[in-house]
Amino acid sequence: MKLSVPNGINMDAHVGWCPGCGHGIVARLVAEAARDLGIEENIIMVEDVACGEFAQNVLKFNTIGAAHGRPIITAAGAKRTRPDAIVIAHPGDGSAYSIGMESTIHCALRNENILALVVNNSVFGMTGGQMSPTSLPNMKTTSSPKGRDVEKNGHPFDVTKTLSSFDIAYLARGSVDSPAQVIKTGKMIKKALQKQMNGEGFCLVEVLSPCPTNWNKQPADALEFMKEQQEAFYPLGEFVDKGGEA
Amino acid sequence: MAKVLMKGNEAFAESCLRAGCRFFSGYPITPQTEILEYMSWRMEQVGGQFIQTESELAGVNMLFGAACCGARALTTSAGPGFSLKQEGISYLCGNDIPAVIADVMRIGSGLGDIFQGQGDYWQLTRGGGHGDYRTIVLAPSSVQENADLAYLAFDLAEKYRHPVLIGSDAAIGQMVEPVELPEMREHDINTYDWAIRPRKAGEDQKVIWNTYYTIGADAYMDYLKEKYATIEANEQRWENVQTDDAEIVLVAYGISSRVCKAAVKKARAQGIKLGLIRPITLWPYPQKAFDALGDQVKGFLVVEMSILGQMCDDVVLACGNKHPVESYGEFANVPSEDVILERVQEMLKKY
Repeated sequence: MKLSVPNGINMDAHVGWCPGCGHGIVARLVAEAARDLGIEENIIMVEDVACGEFAQNVLKFNTIGAAHGRPIITAAGAKRTRPDAIVIAHPGDGSAYSIGMESTIHCALRNENILALVVNNSVFGMTGGQMSPTSLPNMKTTSSPKGRDVEKNGHPFDVTKTLSSFDIAYLARGSVDSPAQVIKTGKMIKKALQKQMNGEGFCLVEVLSPCPTNWNKQPADALEFMKEQQEAFYPLGEFVDKGGEA
Repeated sequence: MAKVLMKGNEAFAESCLRAGCRFFSGYPITPQTEILEYMSWRMEQVGGQFIQTESELAGVNMLFGAACCGARALTTSAGPGFSLKQEGISYLCGNDIPAVIADVMRIGSGLGDIFQGQGDYWQLTRGGGHGDYRTIVLAPSSVQENADLAYLAFDLAEKYRHPVLIGSDAAIGQMVEPVELPEMREHDINTYDWAIRPRKAGEDQKVIWNTYYTIGADAYMDYLKEKYATIEANEQRWENVQTDDAEIVLVAYGISSRVCKAAVKKARAQGIKLGLIRPITLWPYPQKAFDALGDQVKGFLVVEMSILGQMCDDVVLACGNKHPVESYGEFANVPSEDVILERVQEMLKKY
């Protein structure tokens, strides 16, 4: 079996991701998609300040470090200045759906020609596992120690229910819980980047990703939690696929 | 080029475009809105990007993306909206990214009101956001200067890789005066190596993030001190009005300085030796203007539209606390020539 590493991956990097974290897989999928599409030199990553930020150590793409919650709007500013670049905003669920929600909605409304690649681990990971907008009902976090009470904290946010009615290019949710899902998610990312190259507009790919450290689980158990609970609440698939013209 | 009659905000907007600004992202707020409205039709004519964003936070963070990619980028606001810009200004400073941000000042904290004011002096000059930073702050006092300083601001921002703030106010923004506009310039977004762009094959990765991550905490201390010392040494700007023999020196910027100029004229007609220092850069503060004053000076009267006399601290520092510094602050009204003259006469008796 021939193994190859995409040019976009920095094999010498030291990365701070915890054992069993899904972020590394997502980073690899971005690098593979960029290689397959021949756009490795054209990518501009726009990182948040949380766990996903470590991607700038492993991915050798030109990168802007945005403020927390602002990668999507900052990416839109970058894309409008550099229309020849392929721009990927890389926030987490706390960034895209909590502090940065207004720009997630309005960048979608303006159909900004970027990819919002949202890594959803259902907690604020970097700050130690607090409740996020996507924490599941009854999920214990460090700021919902008795479990998320939907009466008090509201219901979790499902981006596919909100953005599916918007006039955007692509909306999909993948997962990295298994090799099969990783392959499917890679295809979603590649499709979204192809759409940006075609000038079709706003693409949001959410990737469900395990956070064993903050879920207080062994890595294998975290994958089981994803399959049994996270994915039951957040269905996988393609929700908008406009197939615009090149 | 012939002079044209223009509103201050519109002359500012046109001058930014002529400086090569091709990116504007902002949100409506009085008394700044004419800049946004002007950009909404004019930016397209010059081939740039205009975006009315969902908030001021979005405006400044979108500008951040454009500025990181090398564009001459502008966002503008006023009072409550300018408070929301602070996050982005701190990031621009932390990451060494040039951009221009205007605050067309209005009065009061909280909602305050839409009249002209100068109550954002501390926010403009002390850094309204988090961390160790200052910004270059330019304070126009006429429609012409609103245009001239807008043109200059983009050059200064790129010279130092640093945001430049323009502190005008409702009066300067709304008044109509004759203005000579500068020549149209184009800016190449590939001028600077640091700008993020698609790269050539084999080119190293470029990352824009906190400068301290790149050079380390110890080196960053020296880097930052030197950067600010250089700006302080090179960029002080001010106007002197009859300070050579002045016994009392008024200190005022922006709209208040215009009243002070009239007061100086009136005082001189009465034989009172009154002068004026008008800071054009609020930071770096024009220390050199104070250093050059003669021994005849008896005191300073700071005239501004701020109740608490926000600029007084800087005058005390600039004169080395050698002379008394008094404050004449107004809130909803423009300072009065007569009050200035009364205060000056009292000071001449006292000191």
